[in-house]
Amino acid sequence: MGFVDLLQQLANGVSLGSLYALVAIGYTMVYGIIRLINFAHGDVMMVGCYLAYFGVLMFHMPWQISWIVAIGLTSLLGVSIYVGAYRPLRRAPRISALITAIGVSFLLESLGLVIFGGRPKAFPRPPILDIGLNLKGVYIMSFTIWIPVIAGVLLLCLVFLVYKTKVGMAMRAVATDMETTSLMGVNIDRVIAITFAVGSALAAAGGIMWAIRFPQINPYMGIMPGLKAFIAAVFGGIGNIFGAMLGGFLLGMIEILVVAFMPHIAGYRDAIAFAILIAVLLFKPTGLLGEPLREKV
Amino acid sequence: MTFSEKKIIFKKRNKVRLILNLLLVGSIFLFLSKAEEILDPYTVRIINVSAVYMTMAMAYNLVNGVLGQFMLGPNAFIALGAYIVALLTMPVDNKAISYIIEPLIWPLNSICLPFLPSLMLAGVFGAIFAYLLGIPSFKLRGDYLAIVTLGFGEIIVVLANNLIFITNGSLGLKDIPRYVNLYWTCGWAILTYFFMRLLRSSSYGRAFEAIREDEIAAEAVGIDVKKHKLLALVISGFFLGIGGGLLASLLGTIDPKLFSFFFTFNLLIIIVLGGLGSFTGSVFASLVFVVLSELLRSVENPINIGSIHIPGIPGMRMVVFSVLLIFIMLYWQKGLMGRKELSWDFIINRIYPVKGVEDLGSSSKT
Repeated sequence: MGFVDLLQQLANGVSLGSLYALVAIGYTMVYGIIRLINFAHGDVMMVGCYLAYFGVLMFHMPWQISWIVAIGLTSLLGVSIYVGAYRPLRRAPRISALITAIGVSFLLESLGLVIFGGRPKAFPRPPILDIGLNLKGVYIMSFTIWIPVIAGVLLLCLVFLVYKTKVGMAMRAVATDMETTSLMGVNIDRVIAITFAVGSALAAAGGIMWAIRFPQINPYMGIMPGLKAFIAAVFGGIGNIFGAMLGGFLLGMIEILVVAFMPHIAGYRDAIAFAILIAVLLFKPTGLLGEPLREKV
Repeated sequence: MTFSEKKIIFKKRNKVRLILNLLLVGSIFLFLSKAEEILDPYTVRIINVSAVYMTMAMAYNLVNGVLGQFMLGPNAFIALGAYIVALLTMPVDNKAISYIIEPLIWPLNSICLPFLPSLMLAGVFGAIFAYLLGIPSFKLRGDYLAIVTLGFGEIIVVLANNLIFITNGSLGLKDIPRYVNLYWTCGWAILTYFFMRLLRSSSYGRAFEAIREDEIAAEAVGIDVKKHKLLALVISGFFLGIGGGLLASLLGTIDPKLFSFFFTFNLLIIIVLGGLGSFTGSVFASLVFVVLSELLRSVENPINIGSIHIPGIPGMRMVVFSVLLIFIMLYWQKGLMGRKELSWDFIINRIYPVKGVEDLGSSSKT
């Protein structure tokens, strides 16, 4: 494999990795705050894709507006999932909430199947993202560059939100100690709802870009990216935003490079992520950047 | 009441219990012997499918409900059992035709075993796989354990898709000999039920429940937590493997898609509906689940009433089941049975009443 090929694969890896990073943020934020693996996150991403799709094809909105509307509606969906399904279980055992999350995930998938139909739909690529570029022999599509750029901007906004604003401070406080934070007069419910809104919005953005990269959308498209993004979050250290980003980029890179260097095991592509997950959990359960977990008796 | 008097009464109670159990099992088998004549093939099939689900759900419930370790990978064991039975029972020349892309590898392509040994092997391999999987997995608990076992389940599906020289890839295996009838399916369901009930009331079962309630406290009173967790998983793996084998022989065709996370989801609904930790609940819930999904099948198919055409709604079944799951978790966490089991005590207490020890009696046998 020549240098040019390697560059090409690296570009692909970065663009896939930035998608994983965007979706992984949602997992890690929710887990950090209420210790719940939000199984439905990947399916929220799917809904975001469909909303953007219908915005362009049914309501004839320009793609920029359709995307923004889709992201907004998806974050509303995230909040309503929290209010309807997870909030009543906040004091219940964690496993009950996890089972509910699995139920919500399947509900979104099957509702998607009922409402949108099972046939895959072709996602329209905006012309600006659909240009083939030839940079000194490295052949890439323009979205390969745009996706990491957009993702990077969104991630910067997120870091600003979490570390420089009052809401972000509340989020970090709730993640550290929910009881004490509520004693300080912070409306915990609102903070968690905002977390869900932000996470779902990022998932929608990630989903739309996923659909740009793999322009076929179907109701089950969220499962695999969702699981892998979760793995990325665990890989980087769950609960840690930078960990989720790092894990996402590394996972995307590893996947692309393994398939590129060893094409004969391309069929095992989905197993690679799970193998990484199992290895991480067994040897370094806190992930790359996570803090050691305290055992609560 | 003196100790020896109590002992005599308990012996008598156990005798009544044994007779009642034998009567129950006997009448079930009497029914089964006539069932194929009385009932139409469709109903027989529903009973068959429910009975296989019962075996699998009880095995899954042992780990999730009684041991309290949330595992999301029963599909891995079921797939293993199903493929083992399919590969061992298929006639040799049939195997030669089925494998189009790559031929089947050596020892498997020239053996063909009878059903019972194949089924037992499926169970044994399920147990071995459970042991191997349990050693690393049980270093984790809670939702991390859930995710790792889910990962193992997904890896099995990926392997089934890619190890074409063993599993025939996504084409799956067809024309698996159908040895299974009502005796096989219901027989295994009954066997599993009594085994699980006895296990639950044994010292092992008590240890499992202690681990569920509080792992640290259980360890403090001298329970070897690691050993008991592994034991429960190995038993569960055995019966899941058996269940998978029965399923393969019942359906006649298997492919990797059948054993995706979807299968785990079905079992999860069953054990949650029946009550996490109740084997009787799993039995009833399996029946409810299979019958309900057959009823909902009609919603998914188009219906023609005279000239009126109602188009089917594909996917409706899963909508109903996922709403059901969410509803149970939010408002009805006990499910049908909670952690209770059905027992004969309401009869036995009338014949040989024992004051103050009913609690002890109810948790021994059926």
